[in-house]
Amino acid sequence: MSFPPHTSLFNEGNGAGAQTLDVSLGPQHPSTHGVFRMNVRMDGETIVKLQPVFGYLHRNHEKLAERNSWLGSMPYTDRLDYLCPITNNWAYAVAVEKLAGIEVPERAEYIRVIVGELTRLQNHTVFLGFILGDMGSWGSALMYAFREREKILDLFEELTGARMMVNYMRFGGVRCDFPVGWLEKARAYIETYPAFLDEMESLLVGNEILLARLQGVAPVTAERAINAGLSGPVLRASGVDYDIRKVDGYGIYPRLSFRVPRGEVGDCFDRFMIRLLEARESIKLLQQAFAQIPAGPIVNPVVKQRGFKPPVGEAYGRIESPKGELGFHLVSEGGEKPYRYHIRPPSLINLTLLEEMCLGSKLADVMVILGSIDIVLGEVDR
Amino acid sequence: MNFPGSGLIKGMWVTLVNGVGSFFDPQRSKRLITEQYPEERPKLAEASRSFPFLIFDNDPEAGIRCTSCKICEKECPPQCIFIEQDKDANGKLFRRPKVFNIDISVCMSCQICVEVCPFESIRMDNIYEMSSYDRFGSLVVTKAQLLKSNEYYHGIHPTEAATTDARIEAARIKKAAAAKVTAEKAAAAKAAAAAKAAEEKAVSEKAEPPQPEQTA
Amino acid sequence: MSSLSPEIVLQRIHDALPKARVELLNNPSPSGQHAIRVHREDVLEVAGLLKNDPELLLDYTSNVTGIDYSDHLEVVYHLFSIAKKHGPITLKVRTGDRAQDVTVPSLTPIWKSADFQEREAFDLFGIRFEGHPDLRRLLMWEEFADFPMRKDYVAPDDYEYEPTPHGSIVQKIQAHSKHASASSSTNA
Repeated sequence: MSFPPHTSLFNEGNGAGAQTLDVSLGPQHPSTHGVFRMNVRMDGETIVKLQPVFGYLHRNHEKLAERNSWLGSMPYTDRLDYLCPITNNWAYAVAVEKLAGIEVPERAEYIRVIVGELTRLQNHTVFLGFILGDMGSWGSALMYAFREREKILDLFEELTGARMMVNYMRFGGVRCDFPVGWLEKARAYIETYPAFLDEMESLLVGNEILLARLQGVAPVTAERAINAGLSGPVLRASGVDYDIRKVDGYGIYPRLSFRVPRGEVGDCFDRFMIRLLEARESIKLLQQAFAQIPAGPIVNPVVKQRGFKPPVGEAYGRIESPKGELGFHLVSEGGEKPYRYHIRPPSLINLTLLEEMCLGSKLADVMVILGSIDIVLGEVDR
Repeated sequence: MNFPGSGLIKGMWVTLVNGVGSFFDPQRSKRLITEQYPEERPKLAEASRSFPFLIFDNDPEAGIRCTSCKICEKECPPQCIFIEQDKDANGKLFRRPKVFNIDISVCMSCQICVEVCPFESIRMDNIYEMSSYDRFGSLVVTKAQLLKSNEYYHGIHPTEAATTDARIEAARIKKAAAAKVTAEKAAAAKAAAAAKAAEEKAVSEKAEPPQPEQTA
Repeated sequence: MSSLSPEIVLQRIHDALPKARVELLNNPSPSGQHAIRVHREDVLEVAGLLKNDPELLLDYTSNVTGIDYSDHLEVVYHLFSIAKKHGPITLKVRTGDRAQDVTVPSLTPIWKSADFQEREAFDLFGIRFEGHPDLRRLLMWEEFADFPMRKDYVAPDDYEYEPTPHGSIVQKIQAHSKHASASSSTNA
C-alpha cells in the first residue's frame, strides 16, 4: 500500500515539511464552535504552525444591510452572535442613536440593562458548558448549563415572543414593555441563579483535571493583548482594566455599581474564571436595575421607525457584549438605506493571536484555547 | 479537606446527586426537564410567534382587513411576502388582495410586517408544526391558508387582541364622530343655502307681486 | 471617559511631523466624530506617532473599515487608548482610484489587530495593503476573483434551483435551465 505524496495545506507546494503532519481541523468538528477550520501543522503532537480559515458561515450581512432599510437590518443583527441576540440589537441601536443624536427614555435604558445582563448571564452559562464539552466531558456539564439557560430563554420568549431571534431593540428604546408578572418572574429567577453557579463551581473549580488542562495554557501578556485588539473577558484576563461599560459609560451604567474582575496571567484558567466572576457581577447589576426601574415611555416618540432617515454623516458605536467589544460603523447619506454598514466583530478580532497562543502546545490544548476565547461563527464570518 | 483527587470526587458527587435526584424530582422542573414531545406539547408563552397570518372579521371574503397597501411587502427584510391587488368587475383596482403569498422557507419571524401594518390585518401565529414532504410547493402559504378569524386571534394572543380591538373601536368612534361633524356642517350649509334662496325669492316676489291669472 | 478631540491630535501631528499631509474632515451628524484624513504616503509615520506620543497613546485599533466611493476606495481606522481611556479617533486613508492605484500601507506592523480586518478589506473591496505579513482573502475562498462589497459588484445569477422561487428569480432560473418549472408560484 502506498500513500499519496505529501501535500501541504499551507500553499507551499509538495513535499514541504515531510517530517510533520498537516491536519485540517476542518469545518465539521464538534469542538470548533461552529463551522470554523484550522489548518494545523504538527511535529508529533506539538503545533508548529496554525492558520485559521474563515468564511464558511459568510452570509455577507454587510451587503444585505445596504439593500434593507435601517429598521430592516435589526432582525439580521440577531443572527450575528446568535447566542446573544439582544446585545447585538443593542449595539446596532446605540450606533444609530449616536449617528442621529436620538435620546433614549429612562425606562427603556433600564429595560435594556435588564435584558442585556440576562443575555450576559446566559452566554457565560453556555460558555461554561461548552468549554467542558471541548475538554471531553461528553456533554453532561453542557446539559446542566443548557438546563439553566432554558429558564432565561423562557423569560425572553414571554417578553419578546421568540427565545433567541428577538428583534427587540428599536432606535430610541425597545419594542415592547414587560408583560404582567414578568418582572416578578425575573426577580425570582435571579434569586435561584447563584445556586447554579455554586453548583458549577463545586463541580469544576477544584477539579484537578480541569486545573491541569487550563492552568498555564497559552498565557497572553497585557501589551500583546492590547496591540492585538483583544476585548472583553479575554482582554481583562490578561490584567487590563478595560470594560466598555465603565469606560464609555453608555446607557445608565454609570448609575449602577459593579466591579470589573481582572485576571493575572491571561492563561485559559483566567479566561475561564473571569466569566464566572462576571456572571456574579451581572447578578448584582440585575438586582440594582430591578430595584431602580422607573415608569415611563419605552421608546422615544419622536423617532419614526419605518422610513427612518438619519442625517448625513457617520458614527462608530460600541457596547460591551458578552464576547467583547461589539461595534457598528455606520455611514449614512441621509437616505432610507445605509451607505456603508460595518460590524466590528469581537470574535474575529479575538482570534488574531490564535496562532501565537497555540504554538508549542499540544493538539488537545488547541481546542481548550479556542474554547476559552469563546467565539461564535455568526459573528466571525457575518 | 484537600487530598489529591478531592476536587474530582466533589465533582462526581454533583453529577451523582443530579443523576439520582432526577428520579425523585416531584415537579420535574429542577433536574429532569426533558419534555417528551410529541406526547407532551410545550406550553407556549402568550407572546410566542412563528409565522404571520391574516385576520378577517366575520367573513373571510368580505371581512378581510387587508387592503393590499403593500407596506408589509416593502418592509419585509428577507422579502418573502408577495401581494397582488384585486380588480373589481369593471377592471378597476380594488382595495383587497387577490394574491397574498408568504414563503415560509424564507420568513424569519421577525414580526416587522406586524409592526408596520396600518390596518391591523397581519399578526403572528404560533403554530410551529408546518413541515411538509413536498419540497417545492407547500412552503408557499397562500391567502386562503393565511386567513383566520378574529376569534382565532383572541384565542392565541388574548391581551394583544384585546388591545387591537380597542384600537380599532377607538378609530371607528373617532371616524364616526368626524363624519357626524362633517355631515352636520354639510346639513347646516345646505339649510343656510336653502334659507338664503327662499329669502331671495321672497324679496323678488315682494318687488313684483305675481300677476293674477287673467281669464280670456 | 474623557474624550480626546481630533483638533488636539491634529495639532500634535503638525508639531511633530510638519510635512505630513493631514486634514480634518467635518462629520455633519450629531455623533461629532470628526475624522482625520492622512495621505497614504505619510500614514505609517503618523500612525507611529499616534501610538507612541505620550499625550495620545492610541495603543488600540478597534475597527478597520473599507468603504467604496465612486472614484476611490477608503480605509477607516477607529483608534482608542486603553492607557488613557480616551477615543475614538477616526483615521481615514484614501487610495488613488478604484482600478489600478489601490495600494495603501498596512498598519499591521504597528497594531496587530489590523491583521484580519485589513485582510477583510482586501477580500471584499480589493484594497491592497503593502507591508501586510500575510495578505490573503479572509472570508471568500482563495480562487474567488471579484470584490463582493463594491457597489458595482454583480452577483452571479446561475442559481441552484431553490424550493420556492418567485418573480425575478424564476426568470433568472429559466434563463439558465430549460427544465425548471414555474409551477410553485400559485394564486390564491
